[in-house]
Amino acid sequence: MSMQPLRRVMSGLKGSLFGALAMTAVGALPAMAQAPAAGAAATLDAIKARGTLVCGVNTGLAGFAQPNSQGVWQGFDVEYCRAIAAAIFNDPNKVRYVPTTAQSRFTALQSGEIDLLARNTTWTLSRDTSLGLDFTGVNFFDGQGFMVKTSTGVKTAKELNGATICVQPGTTTEQNLTDWARANRVQFTPVVIERLEELVGAYAAGRCDAYTTDVSGLAATRSSQPNPAEHTILPDVISKEPLGPLVRHGDQRYADLVRWVHFALVASEELGITQANVAQMAANDTRPEVQRMLGKNGGLGQMLGVSNEWVVNVIKATGNYGEIFARHLQPIGIQRGPNALWTTPGGQQYAMPFR
Amino acid sequence: MSEISLGTSIAGVPEAAPRQPPALTTGPVAWLRANLFSSWLNTALTLVLGYLIVRYAISFVDWAFVNAIWSVENNQTQACRALKASATPGACWAVVTEKHRFILFGTYPYEEHWRPALVCVLFTALYAVSAMRRFWRKELALIWIATLVVIGILMWGGILGLSYVPQERWGGLPITLILATFGLAFAFPLSILVALGRRSSMPAVRVLCVAYVELIRGVPLISLLFMASVMFPLFLPEGINIDKLLRAQVAITLFAGAYLAEVVRGGLQALPKGQYEAADALGLSYWYKTGFIILPQALRLVIPPLVNTFIGFFKDTSLVLIIGIFDLLTAGKTAVVEPAWQGFGVEVYLAISVIYFCYCFAMSRYSQNLEAELNRHRRR
Repeated sequence: MSMQPLRRVMSGLKGSLFGALAMTAVGALPAMAQAPAAGAAATLDAIKARGTLVCGVNTGLAGFAQPNSQGVWQGFDVEYCRAIAAAIFNDPNKVRYVPTTAQSRFTALQSGEIDLLARNTTWTLSRDTSLGLDFTGVNFFDGQGFMVKTSTGVKTAKELNGATICVQPGTTTEQNLTDWARANRVQFTPVVIERLEELVGAYAAGRCDAYTTDVSGLAATRSSQPNPAEHTILPDVISKEPLGPLVRHGDQRYADLVRWVHFALVASEELGITQANVAQMAANDTRPEVQRMLGKNGGLGQMLGVSNEWVVNVIKATGNYGEIFARHLQPIGIQRGPNALWTTPGGQQYAMPFR
Repeated sequence: MSEISLGTSIAGVPEAAPRQPPALTTGPVAWLRANLFSSWLNTALTLVLGYLIVRYAISFVDWAFVNAIWSVENNQTQACRALKASATPGACWAVVTEKHRFILFGTYPYEEHWRPALVCVLFTALYAVSAMRRFWRKELALIWIATLVVIGILMWGGILGLSYVPQERWGGLPITLILATFGLAFAFPLSILVALGRRSSMPAVRVLCVAYVELIRGVPLISLLFMASVMFPLFLPEGINIDKLLRAQVAITLFAGAYLAEVVRGGLQALPKGQYEAADALGLSYWYKTGFIILPQALRLVIPPLVNTFIGFFKDTSLVLIIGIFDLLTAGKTAVVEPAWQGFGVEVYLAISVIYFCYCFAMSRYSQNLEAELNRHRRR
């Protein structure tokens, strides 16, 4: 017990020493070193001091994160970065986007290069426990499915016995397909192609009867075909792929903020708060939960370390969960399905109570 | 005196008009006869191949120019998709028209695109100036330093009224040029030192150089890039991050250095021993001998493999895509991620390959000229 204060002093010294080192590096080499990420315990303070949120996103995935023709990042995951920046700074544009690949994403977060990883990453036990990272929630329930040509008349995945199936190698997709086929005694011939574009080309050219990947990817591929009606996505979903944003392990205060921004987006949809009416609702709505959420009373924002109007700022910047979904995912043919609110049949998006 | 016209000879006999050799023995016709139609077999081959070439050339021209769509309004690509599926398919150059600024400059702020554009022009001008022999003076080093400083200021900004642009927003052609130029500019001197070190009589130096070359050459560039981007940051104390581009740059420089060192060593081996001995006999010091006798001859010998490696590395920079840096090729790939533009990769790849080809072909032509010029003394 007597060691406790000493240790704290030591770690404080260490922190400030590294901080000073980092500051020197930043001062001396503004180009080569990035702003200090600071110790794990004070991510939010470091973000506030830096003035920008550094957000790791996909290098390019239709609907989730992709730069448009002007080089501006857009997509479902990108809106989460914007929402969190809006909650902290009341300015959704105070975000630096770091494109990360499947291989570099976890290191980027572990090493403090990014504050938040919003990059369609599946929440699994091994990732949650062994990487030193925390999943803050599920913002998109995905799962692996199949797409076939409508003309084949296939209605369910079990009819695919004897079929050739296009699949990307080395991914969990291939593993899931094999597992599912064994469990359901389905014989199939895999057509394995690494590059997505060639794989889709092979499917479109009729080299395989079915194409399998996550349903969100199938929908995006389908919408880019010359005639989407020629392709059907089968109703069977053979794996669970819950995707969500990640933060570093050990800073619960910051993780809370990320988690509750997601809940705020979902709860706003539930309560009918939209980008268009949020200001008016903040002023006039008398429902107690709305008043607490929008900062009229309760002081919920302060508990998270941001201003009490944080939800107003977030919704003004990005709209609620349903609006984000409609803006980025519905145009490429992804239906709400399991991502509908829990109040609709089959929906799983559920926000914890704001009180 | 009778007038003698200029056109007649003294004897008054009109000179025969100069006669052409028979058309069948000179000129293009003769060449065709000798090379393409010399026998029945060759004639048949020529006709078949000629037919195929013309046929595919016509369909390529049809695809690329006649039927092509050059631009569309507001990402409405239905016309392109209909054209692709039609009986007379054509290229959808609209994807390049729409995305060319993204392909060239990546996510650099749109309204600041003149800065990376100027950087590309500066780099190209720098190459052109360095290529001319009349600029091969000490001042060239100053020109390089000045240009690179200007390039740095343009890309980063933050001073002189330019807004600050963090590195992760850089992309496209400037990234390719930066990685290739800095990589090779630092790797080349490094490689000379390593090549000399490998032939050194000092065991420690020699072992160090051999270890460097063998270690780096023994692993693929991709794994070095992975080490630089995935493992290296974990060794640093928390809170300190070295820029991702810089890490990739160092990896590429080290890798190129190992390969170039072996090329340079080949040149050193090829020099006759007499050159070394003659220099020693003159009493020159090691560095005088190396600088004035050995290296000028050795490097001249290895121009073809040097340029070969340069061209290879210019294209290898595109491997940085695996660590999420948007070089020219990655930017092109990302441009066709947007659902409206998915499926038009061929057009984008063709456009990008034209850019790569311009730079690589220029390097190749220049090296041929340089080789001819530097080896003039050998031609008899």
